Amino acid sequence: MNAQEELNTTEVVRGSLKRRYAREKRFRLFGLAAITASLTFLAVLLITITARGLPAFKQTFIQLEVTLDSKTLGVGENPDTNELRRANYNGAIKKSLTTLFPDVKKRKDKKALYKLVSKGGQYDLQKRVMADPSLVGETLKVWLPVGDDTNSYIQGNIDSSLPEKKRRFKDNQILWVDQLTEDKQIQRRFNSTFFERGDSREPEMAGIKGSLFGSMLTLMVTLLLSFPVAVATAIYLEEFAPKNRWTDLIEVNINNLAAVPSIVFGLLGLAIFINFFNLPRSAPIVGGLVLSLMTLPTIIISARAALKSVPPSIRDAALGVGASKLQVVFHHVLPLAMPGILTGTIIGMAQALGETAPLLMIGMVAFIVDVPTSLTDPATVLPVQIYQWADLPEKGFVEKTSAAIMVLLAFLIVMNAAAVYLRRKFERKW
Amino acid sequence: MSKIGLTIAGMLLCTTVGAQSARDQISIVGSSTVYPFATVVAERFGQTSQYKTPKIESTGSGGGMKLFCNGIGVQHPDITNSSRRIKKGEFESCKANGVTDIIEVLIGFDGITLANSVDSDQLEMSRKDIFLALAKQVPDPNGGDELIDNPYEDWSDVNPELPEIKIEVIGPPPTSGTRDAFVELAMEGGCKDIESIAAIEKTDKDSFKEICHTVREDGAFIEAGENDNLIVQKLEANPDALGIFGFSFLEQNSDLVQPTYIDGFEPTFESISDGSYPVSRPLYFYVKKAHIGVIPGIAEYLLEFTSEGSWGEEGYLADKGMIPLDEDTRLSSAESIANFETMTLD
Repeated sequence: MNAQEELNTTEVVRGSLKRRYAREKRFRLFGLAAITASLTFLAVLLITITARGLPAFKQTFIQLEVTLDSKTLGVGENPDTNELRRANYNGAIKKSLTTLFPDVKKRKDKKALYKLVSKGGQYDLQKRVMADPSLVGETLKVWLPVGDDTNSYIQGNIDSSLPEKKRRFKDNQILWVDQLTEDKQIQRRFNSTFFERGDSREPEMAGIKGSLFGSMLTLMVTLLLSFPVAVATAIYLEEFAPKNRWTDLIEVNINNLAAVPSIVFGLLGLAIFINFFNLPRSAPIVGGLVLSLMTLPTIIISARAALKSVPPSIRDAALGVGASKLQVVFHHVLPLAMPGILTGTIIGMAQALGETAPLLMIGMVAFIVDVPTSLTDPATVLPVQIYQWADLPEKGFVEKTSAAIMVLLAFLIVMNAAAVYLRRKFERKW
Repeated sequence: MSKIGLTIAGMLLCTTVGAQSARDQISIVGSSTVYPFATVVAERFGQTSQYKTPKIESTGSGGGMKLFCNGIGVQHPDITNSSRRIKKGEFESCKANGVTDIIEVLIGFDGITLANSVDSDQLEMSRKDIFLALAKQVPDPNGGDELIDNPYEDWSDVNPELPEIKIEVIGPPPTSGTRDAFVELAMEGGCKDIESIAAIEKTDKDSFKEICHTVREDGAFIEAGENDNLIVQKLEANPDALGIFGFSFLEQNSDLVQPTYIDGFEPTFESISDGSYPVSRPLYFYVKKAHIGVIPGIAEYLLEFTSEGSWGEEGYLADKGMIPLDEDTRLSSAESIANFETMTLD
């Protein structure tokens, strides 16, 4: 290499330097643009959901003076539980509304007036009276939830400048509500109903407790089944199994299973757990079994990766001081691999939490009012609840849907945060 | 290896322990169209009776019928909802599986509406216009009986009285019962008003059905998924488009959308219940007589559903947008249902 050539190379390099820098700059710019775009989408999604869902955490209540005399309720002296359950609480509420607005005489107007109070108001009264039967004959001042349309008027979702025909909330109703607001008989409060009740067809009475419990029960079954089975499988395949055609076949199949569409697991669950083992439909135990089939491959794959990442020197050292193979695995390898395994498990669980398709086949996409308390009670899960509310005609369910999405997201964030925390806490670097 | 074996054994154990014994809750499956109405009744029934609230799965009419006809026993549903009458084949398969005594309940009607945004003009058209605008093949507008691919682009091409806007109809996919009913009632109805096609019906029923039921695929009909709320939102964003959805969604969104007059009638409570509005379908549910008295509460549920306070003109189902039957039919069928009279299919 002579001096002349060397100079040429330097010149060539210098000449292309600008281009190379530009190329790097462009690449960084693309990366930045991609991240900005995805963050913008995420922000838009979160903001719209929050903006729509936040009003659902507050509920409008109306104060009424309800007289619970036995004549209006249609119960005798000393009524028993069944009589109290069937009593005409709605009649008592209607009566108190007509005494509040004695000028309302026409049938149609009366009907409009009754719509101010939620249809669920009578159940609130029923609950109070059944808890304390001595209330029959008393006059109570109670706060009852307002109807769906009244609620959206108070929230400002109904444009009163539209012609009356195009509004669900009519002129006379606006007049009554404005007067009640002036008299401080209408209040916005925290919507505890949303967290205390199961599903309902009245948006103001609908809650997520049922589906939240359903999700928890289902995930509990999934975790209890899939975690030990998956970890045991991973340990066996990684540490003990001989490398031959059979283990290769098993490995390929596990990888394939991870990619199977989730609805297939639903069909499998229907055929095996419900039709063969006669387990009840719509039960969290079946949901949990199906979802653990689905999450098993995910956890196995991540657990194997975590076991593989433990340096062989640790195994060798343990074997060197005389530990048995089993001791090596359980005293040294598994504890070191645990953070990775837990991360994989939580990601698998988060996936299971968001699933609806396999649950359709086993009857968990259903209208269930009672909050499930055991593994065999009919139940539904959060994503199913969201899907069902999004499909209903009542406008009040729009905000409930968004609110339920917020709860689901909060659930997911907590799970992912736990994954990050566990990883940070137990992570070892070599 | 033993650990895996143990866990599998544990799994089997848990499944057998949890096996189903008696059921104390009514299990209902079926149509997603009846679902919003049946759930209201179920919720009320659960609140006001000593029985548990029935569980209602939304599986679609066909899927529900299949589950329902699978047999008698606690693992099979007691009631199925349907947005059409039970088919002969389904009835036979029910019988073959031992479900012989079925109580049929016609509960009311559901109107299917064609609507657009309130920001544009309210339209008025006939079922023939709907067929010509939406069918895949229509008679040649230049004369002759030959069928050609649908050439119409604007509504005014179909009928000069309609405005000059592009034909754009947003509707549910073929898997939806609403779509089936719309095609059957609106398009087939319009089909019959065209002489050359009506003549085919007499000679070749199958090809008549194919002509009348096939919706064009060149972009004028947009499939928007099963969610009716989504269709309403799309209409709000696009004032030129028309949408197909159930009457209860029209009622809830009267500030956003307005219905199209079909054959001179606006879809209202009255026009649907007296049958003058042509696009409405019956809603049914079917009960296994063998389960009454075995699963607690079925008889009481039937009573609640068929009470005036529920399916009557002033009942709470009407508040939710279901169109009630006329009074005489209600009274007579409530009586036959109270006696658990079973159905026959002729």
